[in-house]
Amino acid sequence: MSAVPAGVLPGGALPLAGDAGAAAELGPRARFAPSLAAVYRAQLSRARVARIPLLFVATFQSLGIMVMMRGVVDGGTEARAVVAGSTVLVVAFVALNLLAQYFGQLRASGGLDHYATLPVPPAAVVLGAAAAYASFTVPGTVVTAVFGCLLFGLPLAHLWVLAAVVPLAGAALAGLGAAFGLLAPRPELATLLGQLGMSAALLLGVLPADRMPAPVQYLRDLLPSTYGVEAFARTFGARPDWAAVLGDLAVCAGVGAVSLALAAWAYRRAAVR
Amino acid sequence: MCAVRGLTKTYPAVRGRRGTPATPEVRATDAVRLDIRRGEIFGLLGPNGAGKSTLVRQLTGLMRPDSGSVEILGHDIVRHPDRAARILAYLGQESTALDELTVSLAAETTGRLRGLDLAAARAERDAVLDELGLAPLASRPLKKLSGGQRRLACFAAALVGRRPLLVLDEPTTGMDPVARRAVWAAVDRRRAEQGATVLLVTHNVIEAETVLDRVAVLDRGRVIACDTPAGLKEQVAGEVRVELVWRENAPLHVPEVAALRARAVESGRRWTLRLAPEEARAAVATVTGGAAFAALDDFTLATPSLEDVYLALGGHATQGLVKA
Repeated sequence: MSAVPAGVLPGGALPLAGDAGAAAELGPRARFAPSLAAVYRAQLSRARVARIPLLFVATFQSLGIMVMMRGVVDGGTEARAVVAGSTVLVVAFVALNLLAQYFGQLRASGGLDHYATLPVPPAAVVLGAAAAYASFTVPGTVVTAVFGCLLFGLPLAHLWVLAAVVPLAGAALAGLGAAFGLLAPRPELATLLGQLGMSAALLLGVLPADRMPAPVQYLRDLLPSTYGVEAFARTFGARPDWAAVLGDLAVCAGVGAVSLALAAWAYRRAAVR
Repeated sequence: MCAVRGLTKTYPAVRGRRGTPATPEVRATDAVRLDIRRGEIFGLLGPNGAGKSTLVRQLTGLMRPDSGSVEILGHDIVRHPDRAARILAYLGQESTALDELTVSLAAETTGRLRGLDLAAARAERDAVLDELGLAPLASRPLKKLSGGQRRLACFAAALVGRRPLLVLDEPTTGMDPVARRAVWAAVDRRRAEQGATVLLVTHNVIEAETVLDRVAVLDRGRVIACDTPAGLKEQVAGEVRVELVWRENAPLHVPEVAALRARAVESGRRWTLRLAPEEARAAVATVTGGAAFAALDDFTLATPSLEDVYLALGGHATQGLVKA
């Protein structure tokens, strides 16, 4: 026990009387929607400084894979799988891999303290960052999808479905990436998990599914990006089965909600140690 | 306004692995008791590893103590750590959350996340950037600024969205004198106009003596003294500090110098002695005459500082407090 002698009242301090009585009024809590908008805007501005080169890497990686696969695959369902898989891979690279790295580093360096000492809902921080990272992927996915369609001679008519695929697959993968980054005990481990997740999205999403052995197919079914790939691939058909597309997108949305909730929980856990 | 009782936090022992030696259990804060009054600038002074930052993390709700209580403005922070964010503004040592934002956006976003609406956040942002002289740097990313400027930008972000308690962990690290003055002027203004209270963590003795109303001296997780800087210095008022710097080696062939050596703390060519005034006079007479003077590079004679208080109270680190 370290006893402290009572000091003289210094000139600058007000008398103690002000302390007596009821608890002081608390400052306002930041509401969800404005905080989400503020975090989103701040994260998006980071892209200008730090992320643009990586977006090029993500896009060129997918373009390269498609050029490579052009020699192996000619048309049909396999070509659809390759184009859809490469497009969703851009989302996986940014939303899963880069976001896992970002949160891993933020946590390790003590940067989370900044958010943790502001009265902001955890979900707003996680969702704002996830939404910003998902937005970074839009140009890359569009370029990849258009290039793929031209390369493999697929119709461009239903590319608008990307407007649903990117946010839903983005939510699922970004939530997972944020959770990886916030739960990993060390930042290197967060990077590793993000890389592994992206490799899984690459191998299980781009390669045609019907040639895989059964256990690998089960693994493929567990990956949230798979449903984004399937939904997108279906729309290349002459008469797309829209019910199945909607079903796949619904799975994406469900997984997205769960993984974002997991990420918000992981944030709360990481913020108070 | 802030009462801390019996606050204790122990970091568990870590078993050694390949490449990393085992570390024993560390008691980072040990039954700490503090009373911070409204409107005062209260300091936590101690060398690195004294437990200052651990203590502050417990006061800001970032870390749960093993035992003890923290009450700020009538709110129990141990039971409701989330309330801390609505009472206080915290400036930590890390800027990584803001590094890639521009100065202006960092301040505005922080204000928004403190619950201000867009117009209010922008108005306060502009006022704070002007007040701190950061307006010319407003559109530069924090990453591209010098260390001191970046620190000042983080301080600006901490000030947007008024709070009755400011918790500042070494706010002036790396700053030039102009920036330091801007920080202390801004702190004083908030105290005078809003009655704000400031909890300041520092290992800078000069800063502690000049800006603090009261200071708690920490050593190994314990508060070893708490008083005004002047009050603390009275405890060692009977001593004078003599610092001698030799050109090369101390002239130990002079018997008086050899006798002084036993009482000196040596740091390279520098000897630091704490002596009674008449002893100090004798020592100065010795080294400023004859053979000893030829070997002397520099000497200073000073009244005690808070560093001397720390050592006189039994502080364990002989280095680690900064005088600048």
